[in-house]
Amino acid sequence: MVLKAFFPTCCASADSGLLVGRWVPEQSSAVVLAVVHFPFIPLQVKELLAQVHQAGRVGLAVLGTWCHRRQEAEESLGHFLEGLGTIFSHEPWLQLCREQGSKLWSCKATRRQVPPCPGAPYEDQVMLVFYDQRKVLLSQLHPPAALPDCLAGDAAPSAGGLAAVFDTVARSEALFRSDRFDDGPVRLSHWQSDGVEASILAELAKRASGPVCVLLACLLSLVSAASACRLFKLWPLSFVWSKLSVCEQLRHRLEQLTLVFSTQKAENPTQLMRKANVLVSVLLDVALGLALLSWLRGKDRIGPLAEALVPVADHVAEELQHLLQWLMGAPAGLKMNRALDQVLGRFFLYHLHLWISYIHLMSPFIERILWHVGLSACLGLTVALSILSDIIALLTFHIYCFYVYGARLYCLKICGLSSLWRLFRGKKWNVLRQRVDSCSYDLDQLFIGTLLFTILVFLLPTTALYYLVFTLLRLLVVAVQGLMHLLVDLINSLPLYSLGLRLCRPYRLAAGVKFRVLEHEAGRPLRLLMQINPLPYGRVVHTYRLPSCGCHPTHPWGSLCRKLFFGELIYPWRQRGDKQA
Amino acid sequence: MEDERSFSDICGGRLALQRRYYSPSCREFCLSCPRLSLRSLTAVTCTVWLAAYGLFTLCENSMILSAAIFITLLGLLGYLHFVKIDQETLLIIDSLGIQMTSSYASGKESTTFIEMGKVKDVVINEAIYMQKVIYYLCILLKDPMEPHGISQVVPVFQVSTEQLSKVFSPKKICYLSPFSAFLLLLMFSRNVNSSCQDYLRTPDSYF
Repeated sequence: MVLKAFFPTCCASADSGLLVGRWVPEQSSAVVLAVVHFPFIPLQVKELLAQVHQAGRVGLAVLGTWCHRRQEAEESLGHFLEGLGTIFSHEPWLQLCREQGSKLWSCKATRRQVPPCPGAPYEDQVMLVFYDQRKVLLSQLHPPAALPDCLAGDAAPSAGGLAAVFDTVARSEALFRSDRFDDGPVRLSHWQSDGVEASILAELAKRASGPVCVLLACLLSLVSAASACRLFKLWPLSFVWSKLSVCEQLRHRLEQLTLVFSTQKAENPTQLMRKANVLVSVLLDVALGLALLSWLRGKDRIGPLAEALVPVADHVAEELQHLLQWLMGAPAGLKMNRALDQVLGRFFLYHLHLWISYIHLMSPFIERILWHVGLSACLGLTVALSILSDIIALLTFHIYCFYVYGARLYCLKICGLSSLWRLFRGKKWNVLRQRVDSCSYDLDQLFIGTLLFTILVFLLPTTALYYLVFTLLRLLVVAVQGLMHLLVDLINSLPLYSLGLRLCRPYRLAAGVKFRVLEHEAGRPLRLLMQINPLPYGRVVHTYRLPSCGCHPTHPWGSLCRKLFFGELIYPWRQRGDKQA
Repeated sequence: MEDERSFSDICGGRLALQRRYYSPSCREFCLSCPRLSLRSLTAVTCTVWLAAYGLFTLCENSMILSAAIFITLLGLLGYLHFVKIDQETLLIIDSLGIQMTSSYASGKESTTFIEMGKVKDVVINEAIYMQKVIYYLCILLKDPMEPHGISQVVPVFQVSTEQLSKVFSPKKICYLSPFSAFLLLLMFSRNVNSSCQDYLRTPDSYF
């Protein structure tokens, strides 16, 4: 196998010295992490490597020598470097050499011991792969290589392929902590040797985050304790809370904030990303909510909105009345059963009349209610949208009631029809065996059964028409509510921090690597540049997507149509409690 | 070392294959696809604008014309950025892996790198496209869960039928070892030494 030497681009202009890194025998690759410069004491170099080994559990060694020729005649340096091979024995011993200011490199990898297979050369062919150490250190491979548990003993985890390079660089962070301004025993060249990277803002944020997290965690625990109070678990209140989507959304947000401000540190990068995504999502939500609030207050839009609400509700009720009158007549030229038609029509009209009176009763309070709702927008746009969805549900409650009446009536009719149809054919439903069996009926049973069947069949069009009309209205309202819930879900689950990271720092989220062949001359070793291949946006969203509320319709289309046909009630939103049940 | 030959693809457009030999352990194959023809671009633009003008005469709304211009521009940009591939490159590095790069007409480059450890085998698949049988080179990837299973089939650029039918009978599905598959690619190269060429001249004995 060709020997691959992974060389950091920052060391390409460094002075001569020793190459320090990790040798991966399975892939025959040498990952160079730093260059140790003269003068050094071999014992101190070995101590440093042992320290890094303890800190990161990665076995480093001196891999070879690096020679950067400044003048033409530096033969003595060459001999000196060769002599070092006897002090730090490593198989194979790498010798990299570069002329000053030229792009020509020469590499040699020698083996002192007898090679395992006869005929194999004492010198291996070397391929140089340059990598940007800082980017490789900061990046995270997706999917991460399945590493064995790092706490298990001293064994260096063996990640497959190129993930080993990333892993090695990530674990050797202790090696990069010293820069050239430190007066340490060993002088190294690596990506931070010109000065350790740090940011004042990041340090301040780290110091401040401790007490802030503790404070907010206390506040949030108080709020959650108050909400878990037994007063709210009494029957009418608990039923109302479970039906309102605002409560669901608030609970979801509370959970997310508890996660973000918990005093426990994130264990792995995925958890850290999740925390960051949640924080950015909450901040965006609140910012959008405040923008909505300022827009509402700006031109004092609440007053006209409240004034327009009652006439709109009245208009809707009037339209419904017209619809019912139309159904009571001869809708679309169909001939209805007059008596049943009148009964159903009058029943629904009375219900509508009650509803209009209720709206008129509420009208003085509407403006106050809207003002408070507008105030709730500072908790976030999602809360405002949930409240809007709940208000729509409350205002169209009469449509819901009509739908339930129509569906129940239609369902009863269908049940009766199916059972009497079986009687008509001389069969019955065997509850014990859960199948249809033949049955011999008496004459009077058959007579009454057939009579009832005929009545139900002729009354079917009327009931079916009422059911159809109210189901369509209900589905319209459900669709509008569904759109709002979709928007809330989108804001809840979109991983904005990850998307921003992918946009601004694409090397942080790596899907893999890509290689570019650098200038090549015959007789010289092959030089490649390894760059990070960033994760595509679709995969970023898929991997870091936040869990949403869980309140979206879960019916497949087939079962929905079946339920509609048989008149079973459709509950579009499964609340969290139902899902667990 | 560079070499260039031209072929034609299944639709009759001209393809150019460029072979680069960097070192004994690294080769690059570059396939340039036919460019966007001015004729088809003009035809599509004229159709869209004529349709928009027809709608405008019906509705007397000038927004339709602006919308047609926007649609044409956005459609062209989307086509150039997401659909039209200018060049496909295959870089094979011994004991590292295989890299496939597609460069789009808008300059976007999408790269996939497959590590050598994940490659199970390289095969030539035959497929029926309309009334023709076409052959394409595929890389089979190992399944980490199942040692003998295949997790993915990755097609490399499609080879024109004329070349392959000269070498072996099109009725057989050829199953090659990775070395032979690379030899197949090298077959297009003139640098293959004579013993390999003799090998390739008697395909029936090999398969």
